[in-house]
Amino acid sequence: MADLKVNIGNLELQNPVLTASGTFGYGFEFEDFLDVNKLGGIIVKGTTLEPRQGNAYPRMAETVSGMLNAVGLQNKGVFVFIDEILPKIRGYKSRIIVNLAGSTVEDYAEAASVLNEVNDIPAIELNVSCPNVKTGGMAFGTSCHSLAEVVKAVRKVYKKHLMVKLSPNVTNIAEFAKTAEDNGADSISVINTLMGMAIDAETRKPKLSTITGGLSGPAIKPVALRMVWQCYKAVKIPIIGLGGIMNATDAVEFMLAGATAIQVGTANFINPSVAEDIVSGINEYCDRHGIKDVKELTGALLI
Amino acid sequence: MKNKKSKALLLVLKNTKLNEKHFVIKVQLPKNHPEIWPGQFVEILVEGSPETFLRRPISVHDVDEKNHTLDLMIKIVGAGTEKLSFLKEGDFIDIIYPLGHGFSLARKGQKVLLAGGGCGIAPMLYLARKLKEAGAECHIAVGGKTSDDILLSNEYRKLGKTAVLTEDGSIGDKGLITAHSWFGTDLKSFSKVYVCGPDAMMKAIGQLSVNAGVYCEVSLENLMACGIGSCLCCNVSTTEGNVRACVEGPVFDVTLLKDWNHNPVCHG
Repeated sequence: MADLKVNIGNLELQNPVLTASGTFGYGFEFEDFLDVNKLGGIIVKGTTLEPRQGNAYPRMAETVSGMLNAVGLQNKGVFVFIDEILPKIRGYKSRIIVNLAGSTVEDYAEAASVLNEVNDIPAIELNVSCPNVKTGGMAFGTSCHSLAEVVKAVRKVYKKHLMVKLSPNVTNIAEFAKTAEDNGADSISVINTLMGMAIDAETRKPKLSTITGGLSGPAIKPVALRMVWQCYKAVKIPIIGLGGIMNATDAVEFMLAGATAIQVGTANFINPSVAEDIVSGINEYCDRHGIKDVKELTGALLI
Repeated sequence: MKNKKSKALLLVLKNTKLNEKHFVIKVQLPKNHPEIWPGQFVEILVEGSPETFLRRPISVHDVDEKNHTLDLMIKIVGAGTEKLSFLKEGDFIDIIYPLGHGFSLARKGQKVLLAGGGCGIAPMLYLARKLKEAGAECHIAVGGKTSDDILLSNEYRKLGKTAVLTEDGSIGDKGLITAHSWFGTDLKSFSKVYVCGPDAMMKAIGQLSVNAGVYCEVSLENLMACGIGSCLCCNVSTTEGNVRACVEGPVFDVTLLKDWNHNPVCHG
């Protein structure tokens, strides 16, 4: 049995496996399929200051080795989350992290200052990379100037662990990683979905109501791995790797590329108990390779 | 029996071909399987191809509580359902079940109308069985474009009065299902109407029921990824805002629905 504890800066996790925002609900949806207390953390659905209804149907399309989504941040808002949802999940042994999204710098900062005062939420993941909303979201994550502005504003009011989720829809992700670090991020999660599109040739129509959406699943894994590796070389803050992780081997690959922890996303839709399987799979990998401490894997790629 | 959702590898006992496009898979449930309710669905993993990455949501066709078996009626609409059509006795399928919010039942002596369009007849067998057990009097109407869409077996006939209509008249009466008198002057005499089929049919029957003052439940067929309420992809626009077809549905009181224009779209 290897030591699976990891530290993402000042945030200690019992193991490196988190569930990605928007793919694991609030955790309780999965209670019949796994022990939600056995994960490193649960990153809850993208939450905004005010409630959002999200985009029109259809919001998803199956693609080869993956899927497109265009949910558009449907959520009940930060206050309903705190009053009605958090009480159901705050007892979990897995860390609860809130994915925070917004349309303006002021929205982000206001919601972050609200979450700063809430017990049992040790971190937020700043969502500056959602491709499915008209204003905000990815607009912040695809310009270094806007990214700096929003990270700086949130850092000013948020005193706990600040994770920034980067968009892959940029030319040089390392610059964005550096911008997040320079403006006070404690860690970065790499990557959000890649912008994509699907068409029904028979009807000549786009498959999503929003025409474009975010691509996830194993189809994006090589891109995600490359970006984790590029960020690892560019910054000193810890990296949380995600993008198409389906099993423990995939998770280990992300750690070798430089991730301190990983997130399981789309795989939860295929196998709702996969996150727990990945925890035990990482442990087996460590045992098989004589690794006593999972931290040894981070950046241990042999070149 | 427990009411939890379960992920299991279930043994295929039989695959019965109904016609070129439709088949019924019978699987063995464990003895302590969760209680399955009419109108609920399962999510099946299609093994072996990157093109069929996501699970397929399939409605519960029938449950044999004595022999612990589950029947799933499936229409071939693309690569995933085509692969499922090749399943044979002795194979195992990876299933998550039971999912969603099903139909409400009726009381003893109540007269109820069940309407299925094409493969929309699938959930009506188990529903009719449960309604009959509860003492309700079932009327079952089936509609389709041609005789190939009529999947009404003798099983239904044992459970209530049945009527068949096809648009081309190749079997039963010629016309849309709504041409039957059950949806006309007789509609007021029913306590409840249950519908599953194409949107246009559900909308038409929903409207007729509302006009007649009869409570009506429809079962929607939305695109889904997870099936357990986490991805928010199967949203349904209701008078109470966007909700999930996989948790709050797939069965809805028709008066709650707004702007539904969903099928035909599915993974295939």
